[in-house]
Amino acid sequence: MHKIEKIFKKLKSQNKKAFIPYIMAGDPDLEKTMEYILILEECRADIIELGVPFSDPLADGPTIQRAAERALKAGVTLKKVISFVKKLRQHTQIPIVLMTYYNPVFKYGEESFINDAVDAGVDGVIIPDLPPDEGEGLIKLSRKTGLNTIFLVAPTSTEDRIKKITKACRGFVYYVSITGITGSKLILEKTFKTHINLVKKLTDKPVAVGFGVSTPEDAKMVSQIADGVIVGSAIVKKFFEHPLGATEFIKKLREEME
Amino acid sequence: MKKKTINSKDKRGYFGQYGGRFVPETLMPALLELENAYSKLKKNSSFQKELKHLHETYTGRPTPLYFAKRLTKYLGGAKIYLKREDLAHTGAHKINNALGQALLAKKMDKHRLIAETGAGQHGVATATGAALVGLECEIYMGSEDMQRQSLNVFRMKLLGAKVNEVNIGSRTLKDAINESLRDWTTNVRTTHYVLGTVFGPHPFPVMVRDFQAVIGREAKKQIIKTEGRLPDYLIACVGGGSNAMGLFYEFLNDNVKMIGVEAGGRGIDTGEHAARFAGGSIGVFQGCKSYLLQDADGNVLGTHSVSAGLDYASIGPEHPYLRDMKRVQYTFATDDEALSAFELLSKTEGIIPALESAHAIAETVKLAPKLSKNKIIIINLSGRGDKDVQHVARIKGIEL
Repeated sequence: MHKIEKIFKKLKSQNKKAFIPYIMAGDPDLEKTMEYILILEECRADIIELGVPFSDPLADGPTIQRAAERALKAGVTLKKVISFVKKLRQHTQIPIVLMTYYNPVFKYGEESFINDAVDAGVDGVIIPDLPPDEGEGLIKLSRKTGLNTIFLVAPTSTEDRIKKITKACRGFVYYVSITGITGSKLILEKTFKTHINLVKKLTDKPVAVGFGVSTPEDAKMVSQIADGVIVGSAIVKKFFEHPLGATEFIKKLREEME
Repeated sequence: MKKKTINSKDKRGYFGQYGGRFVPETLMPALLELENAYSKLKKNSSFQKELKHLHETYTGRPTPLYFAKRLTKYLGGAKIYLKREDLAHTGAHKINNALGQALLAKKMDKHRLIAETGAGQHGVATATGAALVGLECEIYMGSEDMQRQSLNVFRMKLLGAKVNEVNIGSRTLKDAINESLRDWTTNVRTTHYVLGTVFGPHPFPVMVRDFQAVIGREAKKQIIKTEGRLPDYLIACVGGGSNAMGLFYEFLNDNVKMIGVEAGGRGIDTGEHAARFAGGSIGVFQGCKSYLLQDADGNVLGTHSVSAGLDYASIGPEHPYLRDMKRVQYTFATDDEALSAFELLSKTEGIIPALESAHAIAETVKLAPKLSKNKIIIINLSGRGDKDVQHVARIKGIEL
C-alpha cells in the first residue's frame, strides 16, 4: 500500500482527519522551506503539499502569487525543488505532494519528471491546470512508478466528471471548496455538503478539501465533512508576515480538526 | 488540398498536436457548456441571421476592400489591397468576435461579460457588445497597457464597463488574461468570458476564428469582383492571431500564399520581442498547447512590442499547426519597421493604421517591391491607429 493511502487508513481507524498544509518551495529560500516543513511536521501535519513556483499561477490568489514571485526571484525551479526533496528525505519521511502547474512539467518532460520526482522521494503530484482529460500520458507513466496523481473536483463538477476525476486519482481526491482561486474567503454554498457527499458516494478514496480554508474555525467546520483539510494561503501568509507566530497558528489549526 | 480545419473526430479541440483544454476543473464544465451552446447556435439560422443583421446595420459590414494606389506606386511592385477592418465599428476587427460572443452569452442566460485587453481594442469591443445587448461588463487590463492606451481606457468607461487594473507580473496582456481566468473561475455560473483571440482552451480558438472568418469571406468576394481572380498573397499581423485567422481561413483551400507577421520588438537577439516562432518553443499556457516564449524551466518570459496588441508570449494553436503544414509562413517586423510603416501608410494613403496592423504593412514594404506588378497582395488592416497617436508621439519625443 502506498504511503498516503496508509496514512488515511490509519487516521480513519482513529476517527481522525488528515491535516495537509501547503507552502511554497523557496519562499523566501529553500533553507527556510526545510525549516518550515520540519515545523509543520512537529505541528502534526500528515502530508505536506509543496508548491512549485510558476510565473503565471492562474488558479492562485494574490498570497500564493506573491510567494511564487519571491521563490522565482530566489532562483527556484522545478528541478531544484526535486533535488530539495531528495535532501529533505535525510531529515523526514513525511509524504510530499508537489503542486505544480503543467508547463514546467511539460518542459521537463513528463517521463523524466516522474522518474526524477519518485527517485527523490516525492509521493504525489497535483497539477491544477491539468484536468484528467489532458492527463492520460501522465497518469499512465505515474501508475508504473507509484507516483500518486491527485486531481481536483470542483463545486461545478457534474456527476460524470466526478466519476472520471476520482477514477484518475491516487492517494486522495482534492475537493475545491469554492468556485474561485486559492486564498479566497471561505463562503460555503448551501450545496457544499450535498455535493461533497455525492463525491464520497461515488468514490472510496479519501476526499480532502482545500481553497479558502484559512482559520481554525474553517478547519474545524471542514474536518467534520472531509477526510482531510488543506490549508495553503493562510499558512504561507503567516510564515511570510509573522514567522514567529506561525507555529502557534498551525498548532491551533491542527487542534481544531480533532 | 484538403481544408485545414480541426479534425472533427477530435472532440478535445486539437489542431494536430496543438490546442486542448488545460484549465482548472472549476472551468471545465463551463467550457463544455460553452462548446455545446456554441455548436448549437452555429447551426441555428436565426442566430446567424441576427448576427449578420447586426453586422450590416451596426458594425458597418462588409468593410471595404481598398486598392492602395499610392502605396502600390511607391513600393513599385505588387498591387496592394487593404481589407478595411479599421472601418468597422469601434475601429478594429475585434468587434466581429465580441458581438458574436455577447449574443451567445445572452442566449446562454449569462448576465455578465468579462474580457482581457491588451491594446484596448478588444476591451472596447466587448464593452460595446455588452452595452448593445444589455449585460454587465468588466475588463481586465495591465497597468502598463493602461498607460500606453489611456484613450481606450476612457472609451471603455464611457461604454459603461468597469476597467480593472492588473498590477502583477509583467502588467500586460498575459497578466490580464490570468486575472480574467481567475474572475471567471470565481463567477463562472453567472459570467461569460469573452476571450479576445483565437487562443485559450477549446472551444475559444475555433469559436473566435469562426466569428472572424467573415473578414476572409468578404475579402474573397470583393477581390474576385474587382480583379476577377484570387490574390497571390495575404498578409496579417499575429498577436494571438485572430485577425490573421479571420482573413486566412476562407482561403486555406486556395492557391494563395499567406504570411503572418509577429512582433520583432527590438530584435530577436535582444530577447525583447514577441516572436514566438522565431524565439519560442512548444509549451502549455493559459489553457492550450502552442508555441510559447519560455525559459528552460517552463516559466513564461516577458515580451516586448511597441504595439500592446502583439505583446504576448504565446500564439493561437491553429497557427503552429498551419505552420507545420507549411500552409502559412511566419515572419516578424521590428518596432522600428512597424513605426516607419505606420508613417508611410499615413502619408501615402491618408490612413493611420493601428501599430499592430503596421507590422503587416512593414512586411508588405519588404515583399511588394520583389513581386511583379500583376501580383496581388491583400493586407488585413485590422485596426485604426487613433489609439496609438499619443504613444507614437511619446516615442518620437513630441509633447502633445
